[in-house]
Amino acid sequence: MPALRFARLLVSVLPWVVFPCTMPAGAADALVPYRVVGDGIPAPLTDTPGDPRRGRVAAANSTQGNCAICHPMPIAELPVFGNLGPPLDGVGARLTEAQLRLRIVDAKRLNPQSIMPAYYHVAGLRRVAPKFQNQPMLSAQEIEDVVAYLATLK
Amino acid sequence: MRRPRLGSTMRTLMLAIACIAAATSVPAAAPTDDLARYPVSGRRSGYTYLSPETRAQQKDEFANPGMLWVEQGERLWSLVPDKSKAQAQSCVGCHGDAAKSMRGVAARYPAFDRGEGHVVSLEHRINACRVKKQGATPFAWESQGLLAMTAYVSRQSLDMPVSVKVTGPAARSFERGRTAYYQRRGQLDMACAHCHEERTGARLRAEVISQGQINGHPVYRQLWQTMGSAQRMFAWCNDAVRADPYAYGSQEYTDLELFVKWRGRGLPVETPAIRR
Repeated sequence: MPALRFARLLVSVLPWVVFPCTMPAGAADALVPYRVVGDGIPAPLTDTPGDPRRGRVAAANSTQGNCAICHPMPIAELPVFGNLGPPLDGVGARLTEAQLRLRIVDAKRLNPQSIMPAYYHVAGLRRVAPKFQNQPMLSAQEIEDVVAYLATLK
Repeated sequence: MRRPRLGSTMRTLMLAIACIAAATSVPAAAPTDDLARYPVSGRRSGYTYLSPETRAQQKDEFANPGMLWVEQGERLWSLVPDKSKAQAQSCVGCHGDAAKSMRGVAARYPAFDRGEGHVVSLEHRINACRVKKQGATPFAWESQGLLAMTAYVSRQSLDMPVSVKVTGPAARSFERGRTAYYQRRGQLDMACAHCHEERTGARLRAEVISQGQINGHPVYRQLWQTMGSAQRMFAWCNDAVRADPYAYGSQEYTDLELFVKWRGRGLPVETPAIRR
């Protein structure tokens, strides 16, 4: 039996040894690296430019960005907005895309006491529910989409 | 445990009364709305965040759905859980009239239990009696029976000020609970204090954030359409920040329950409170 178990283990691990790029997406080491400059992240996380329309959907959706749970924002079809965070109306005029990107990726880099979740950060978290472990709250592309959408709020 | 028939009869009766009351549109009596009594030194019961209608419903024993559990608890109090056992006896056998013997008990739980050697919740204490004194199997956490018993026992402390002991042998448990309260957790990386201490009164969408006091637990929660313990509420909050909840009755949650109960020291026991 132990031999069989070992064989099974070998078979399950083998593809990753041979094709390391097939590691499951969302693993901690699969996060796109980024560089913080000043109070922003100047370079986009993906090659595909952010899509403001998709970003608007992700910002409104309660299983994605869910921004409206805390922020008042100009999305007319949502019935009600939280008020824990500052209003996002005009945020595209107040902040550059680089600044927006860092605030969504990891706002605690700027204010360690912030309540705002880091949407692209998985290290050092405590007791994350199993189904969310080692996954950022938004994918790199979703981050870019939301940045592109917020940049339109001028 | 299935709810005895009397429960459903009572519910129908109460529903009928509620319908008649609504039809004749009796205005909510002003004297029941004694909000001024509820904040104690800046500590605010969840009661003060409710709509006037829900406050009136909580105060009205016939309209408060949590009273169904209290009534069931009252029946269980004088019932022998397992007649086949040598120790077969009801709660009355040792404790007599709950109105006297249980008065004030819920206000001081969770408490250090000398026999167990650690802090226990009221739920643990009731189950310990069932196992050791009645030879019965313990109720599952959040079961109808355990909620009924805790609701009934807690009801005997109605309006008494919360007063848990956090020094002496309870001190370590209390400090662990305090640490947990201020500790970030989950994918959203939030601590209890972020919302319930630093941002009370603010809104998450339409929901006003309360101080998260547990002076009314177990409560009838409208979202659940049933009763729930303080520990169920902790697990619900943990889920909301995408954290792995602890088990019901775990020492972690019991420590937290002690700390959170202490946060509401002086607030009146309201069981069964109604909460959103």
